[in-house]
Amino acid sequence: MVEFTLPKNSKITEGKTWPHAEKAGEETAFRIYRWNPDDGQNPRVDTYYVDRNDCGPMVLDALIWIKNNIDPTLTFRRSCREGVCGSCAMNIDGTNTLACTKAIDDSKAPVKIYPLPHQPVVKDLVPDLKNFYAQYASIEPWLHTTTATPEKEWKQSHEDRAKLDGMYECILCACCSTSCPSYWWNSDRYLGPAALLQANRWVQDSRDEATGERLDNLEDPFRLYRCHTILNCSKACPKGLNPAKEIAQLKKAMVDRQL
Amino acid sequence: MAELEASTTAGARRARPISPHLQIYRPMLTMMMSIVHRITGAALYFGFLLLAWWLIAAASGPNAYANFEWFIGSFIGRVVLFGYTWALLHHMLGGIRHLIWDTLHGFEPAEREWLTLATIVGSITLTVLVWIVGYLAMGGPR
Repeated sequence: MVEFTLPKNSKITEGKTWPHAEKAGEETAFRIYRWNPDDGQNPRVDTYYVDRNDCGPMVLDALIWIKNNIDPTLTFRRSCREGVCGSCAMNIDGTNTLACTKAIDDSKAPVKIYPLPHQPVVKDLVPDLKNFYAQYASIEPWLHTTTATPEKEWKQSHEDRAKLDGMYECILCACCSTSCPSYWWNSDRYLGPAALLQANRWVQDSRDEATGERLDNLEDPFRLYRCHTILNCSKACPKGLNPAKEIAQLKKAMVDRQL
Repeated sequence: MAELEASTTAGARRARPISPHLQIYRPMLTMMMSIVHRITGAALYFGFLLLAWWLIAAASGPNAYANFEWFIGSFIGRVVLFGYTWALLHHMLGGIRHLIWDTLHGFEPAEREWLTLATIVGSITLTVLVWIVGYLAMGGPR
């Protein structure tokens, strides 16, 4: 259901302004969402000042700088720092993206950072993505076959392989799904752009022999058809993929098989 | 794992808050036009009531029709009719945009922005045109 406001326990309060670093040069202000499961308080937004002469160019560099120099309790996920793991997905300057590939200078100061939207918060910038992963599992993201397994590999032509371009690159960071208003209101029943892009990745795979079953599974007013082509997903994808187009391809496959 | 479950089922912790969404997401043209498509779609229900009133009035005789003419000729009536014209045209162009997307065209970054901008510019232009033509056909505002 559509929600315009946040529940009582999720309302954001003004937090603390942390002191400037000693001997700081050029500074950029960061406004960061904080929530601690142990202190019984509502979420708040803290302000930090990052010394740009002592910090790398990316938003993730700034978060690590804050954690090292100002506030060791600031909590966020990160791993590869080069846009391939998808751990540091968050809402920066109003859109979902990866902190490691987003330059600080590409955001308006103060840089506003929130967890991925409309997700249960574990702590600070760490959302609980259990539902997101369960939805991914529900599309059964592996090769389904009924014919006997070949002695060597399942073969695929170059042309058929090319059909997976724009889908196999997905790193499941959840930027797209959590940018989607339809997913915000219906994530209990709507699969969301990431899971649907992955579903299409298997529907389009020439080696997969369960295309019919896969489409049957999506033939539902919510699972697939809650996509209203709002396009936040395609605009958010930090890998430059186009989930909205992949979903449209699924919808087309639904029609094509009835003709 | 057992530790994690114990700590989350202990009940001592507060329920997890929901991270902000609509409140913090940057409004973008495609998202806004999607919302406007919804709103105009809902507005059309009321617009068609107006249309039904017109037809029923025309079928019911001169008095009923005079009542309708009085309302639609009033300032508020004209504003409502103008809004209905725009909602109808905007929703129609939005429908065409979705039809184009259903054929897998117009999804590239520049195309989708252009298409979305075309709906709003097109609907306003067409609405003004329809009204100019309408007034010309009536021989000027009355």
